[in-house]
Amino acid sequence: MRKGILWSGSIPGVWGLAPKDNSATLLVMQQLPPRFADWFAAKGWSVHPHQQDMLRHSNDPALLLIAPTGGGKTLAGFLPTLVDLADTPRSGLHTLYVSPLKALAADIKRNLTTPVTQMKLPIRIEDRTGDTSATVKKRQRADPPHILLTTPESLALLTSYEDAPRMFKGLQRVVIDEIHALADSKRGDQLMLALGRLERLCPGLCRVGLSATVEDPDAIAQMLARHPNPCRILLADPGPAPDISMLATREPPPWSGGNAAYAIPAVLEEVRSHKTTLIFHNTRAQAEIFFHNLWLANDDALPIGIHHGSLDRQQREKVEAAMVRGDLRAIVCTGSLDLGIDWGDVDLVIQIGAPKNVKRLVQRIGRANHRYNAPSKALLVPANRFEVVECHAALDAVRDGTLDGDPRGRGPRDVLCQHILITACAGPFDAGALFDEIRTVGAYKDLTQSEFDACLDFCATGGYALRAYDQWQRLIRNTDGTWQLRDPRAAQKIRMNIGTIQDTDTLKVRLQRARGGKPLGEIEEGFAATLTPGDTFLIGGQIVRYEGLREMTVEVSRNAAKKPKVATFLGTKFATSTQLSARVIDIFQKPDWPELPAHTAQWLALQRSVSQLPKPGRLLIESFPHDGREQTVVYGFAGRNGQQTLGLLLSKRMEELGLNPLGFVATDYATLIWGLDPLQDPAPLFDLTALEDGLETWLAGNAVMKRTFRASATIAGLIQRNTPQTRKTGRQATFSSDILYDTLLKYDPEHLLMQITREEARRGLVDFGRIREMAERIDGRIDHLRLSRVSPLAAPMFLEMGRVPVKGAAEEQLLEQEAARLMEASGLANITPQPSDRPKWRVGW
Amino acid sequence: MRNEQNMNCFDFSFHSADLRAMPSGALWWPKEALLCVSDLHLGKSERVARRMGMSLPPYETRETLERLGQDLATSQARTVVCLGDSFDDLQASHSLSDEDQMWITRLQAGRRWIWIEGNHDPGPVEFGGTHLKQLNIDRLIFRHIAQPEAAGEISGHYHPKARLHTKGRTISRPAFVFDQNRLILPAYGTYTGGLDTHAAVIDQLMRPDALAILTGPVPTCIPMPR
Repeated sequence: MRKGILWSGSIPGVWGLAPKDNSATLLVMQQLPPRFADWFAAKGWSVHPHQQDMLRHSNDPALLLIAPTGGGKTLAGFLPTLVDLADTPRSGLHTLYVSPLKALAADIKRNLTTPVTQMKLPIRIEDRTGDTSATVKKRQRADPPHILLTTPESLALLTSYEDAPRMFKGLQRVVIDEIHALADSKRGDQLMLALGRLERLCPGLCRVGLSATVEDPDAIAQMLARHPNPCRILLADPGPAPDISMLATREPPPWSGGNAAYAIPAVLEEVRSHKTTLIFHNTRAQAEIFFHNLWLANDDALPIGIHHGSLDRQQREKVEAAMVRGDLRAIVCTGSLDLGIDWGDVDLVIQIGAPKNVKRLVQRIGRANHRYNAPSKALLVPANRFEVVECHAALDAVRDGTLDGDPRGRGPRDVLCQHILITACAGPFDAGALFDEIRTVGAYKDLTQSEFDACLDFCATGGYALRAYDQWQRLIRNTDGTWQLRDPRAAQKIRMNIGTIQDTDTLKVRLQRARGGKPLGEIEEGFAATLTPGDTFLIGGQIVRYEGLREMTVEVSRNAAKKPKVATFLGTKFATSTQLSARVIDIFQKPDWPELPAHTAQWLALQRSVSQLPKPGRLLIESFPHDGREQTVVYGFAGRNGQQTLGLLLSKRMEELGLNPLGFVATDYATLIWGLDPLQDPAPLFDLTALEDGLETWLAGNAVMKRTFRASATIAGLIQRNTPQTRKTGRQATFSSDILYDTLLKYDPEHLLMQITREEARRGLVDFGRIREMAERIDGRIDHLRLSRVSPLAAPMFLEMGRVPVKGAAEEQLLEQEAARLMEASGLANITPQPSDRPKWRVGW
Repeated sequence: MRNEQNMNCFDFSFHSADLRAMPSGALWWPKEALLCVSDLHLGKSERVARRMGMSLPPYETRETLERLGQDLATSQARTVVCLGDSFDDLQASHSLSDEDQMWITRLQAGRRWIWIEGNHDPGPVEFGGTHLKQLNIDRLIFRHIAQPEAAGEISGHYHPKARLHTKGRTISRPAFVFDQNRLILPAYGTYTGGLDTHAAVIDQLMRPDALAILTGPVPTCIPMPR
């Protein structure tokens, strides 16, 4: 029997109900109240064992359910609430549901309303997100529904109101959906701080976490539970093993590059022979380019859509709606489709490019065959030959069932500062009580009194060594010892800036027209700044021509060009996990590779004969002349960020050693550095202490640090996000946060925000941890091969994008050259507007 | 201007005056031994704290004054013209720390000092020196906000910034912009943003053959980007 049409507007995957012939049926029916049992029976449904377990343990203070995608997590989370409210109807808020996506909250509301209506349960369900109207929001605070569906940011905002205690009075349960997606981010930290607050308002609150399959359930359980409460973990049946393989293509993948154009015919063939295919990419730029190529080759005019986070909301919703209706045969997408919304009957998932991370791969695979008892089908498409090896390693990891992930660090203090400000918005607070409350949050259980005091001081006065403008401080201390906002009007501004998501500043892209041209999506401001009128680029699968910037909107026109001039917009790249890197090295150790495609096996064999393959516990360095330069390749396997940092550090060391480096480029596995002089002895380059010294100095002035500072300063409330209004009026309002950073670095380097910035950079963007891990792994065991020419393994490095020039005089030289060219071209160099006895344009004396 | 550091300046002639753009964004007129700086916005962090409740690092006044001190030391200027918006508002001028006030007094010692009024500081401030709406020397007029019909005018107010696309990266820096009628100085203060030369208001003020001098280690002249 076909499931899924029983609840109109809903898809069975959300509920993951098993057919009635399930052996557990009888038992379950005994536990469910008659109204539920009858309704389930009428539908021909039964309940999974883990859903039944959730009901049995519904009074636990903390409960974590780990179930694969499509395992009926959501029903498991809500069933106890529905049963309780059916038994004892009452008014007021009963259950709070928090999900990482607004769209997910709306989706759940739709799917939850149907059974509630059909069973005539006295339950009101509403959602509350950034999209909810002000009138509804106001009414919800006065008269909350039984079940409120919301996001971490909206919840934080709710706790900032003075009437929060009244609104949350009687709250019994909090359900956090897709908690694994929040666990790795500051959004999760903020959410848990908000729960700490709720717990104080409603002691005895039950916390329920719903998670996809993760590598370390204990870590999520500790995050979920009120410290030091225990948390029960329920593991659902993982279901049948996925059917996953590499896509066979007639043409071998190229040496390098990431757009997998070679695989287009084979991918189209797969789309044709399946009902609905999701084609995942790691970056938006790759998705755009792939979609463009797919469309050019789509001779059968199959309905194919594109979906990623940079597209305009309307465009995205259109694609989503078409997907739900089953109108699309394939969607080219990115992580924006990673989370648990059901888009219909997907029967194949294709991952383009190496998945970089086993956990993400497994979660993506789960998007196919969103039914509990059918195996998911997925295909991997390596974009280049190196990725063939990496995809192979990922397949092994999935087969072995080992997931990867980095342990979470301590709770970040910028989020804590924001939490203190949010608390202040709700009214006067006692610092001691707040400190105790914060230490019930797992990530902050080790927070020291002095760390807390520093955060409070930052919120109150700015926390500067120089005590300035004390009379204007943000928080003041009352005579009874409590703290409160000096100016109550500040609350509104703090509320407007709640949240930890750092959108890089983006600009809207519109088709140029007289008025209100069609919005296409958004591009990063940094990318927009590199465009000059006439440049063409890809967005939403079409090529557009950059016309100009008007009031913070990028105006474009349609362009018939076959190829965009500017291939890509910026965006972060995933770093390959440590575990996958280790597996790749393991593959290199085999005597031969019958399991790999012949082209890749031959490539590896050739490398072994002319040089060597990287070995575990050793560092391979190749150096050789090529292209008129001396080249050095360092195979550190430290991930892209790590290798990039290594490039910056090594090039700095090489500069000191007189090797005259000119630039470098990094991949997940290796860094290529080119310069004027050959590397003779690599040992002095890898003195770990010298490297770390270099890091400190380099870090201080680096753009990466400034970006990190900007993010933390925004979260902590030092600077406010640039709203469109302030940017429009913009003359002096928008001095850059870089200047604040430079000023602090010069006058107050130990300021709290500088400490936070260094901490963040070390564990995040700079990834020095991976480099230290690498240095410890190799422990001075370096294999340096001096070759006469480029090796097979190094060859792809020369086609990599994202070359970094070694800084220093470089920028001034670029400026001088370009200025000279412009002055010459414009003819202005020869004009003398005023008579003068001196040459008109002179630089210097 | 004997110091090695001053190798990197950009010399140009404007209304018969030989002028020099300094790397810091200050303007030097050797004939008059006159140093002109615009839009210092001293006391900005205090005003932001008072008005907007944000606690910016309170070091910008010191930073700005240190740079000005260096430019005065190297140029040996006899006259200093502050081209308006020297203080972020009049209250900020009263609220400077004792240390910063001393600093200003020290910079002023032995020099003729002229405060031109700006829209942020439209009245007398408590510091010594002359307060003027505008200043005329030879054929040059110093005022805060450019007037469309003026000739030989030196002003500030707009905080111009110029953006240059080079191979590999885009460079955006505070810039002097000038044509045969007017010269607009970049903002000298530390916490001052900038207005891109593409902005309509700058575009309309400047003639088609206007030039921009990007500040930085080596001030660099380009056709004004628009």
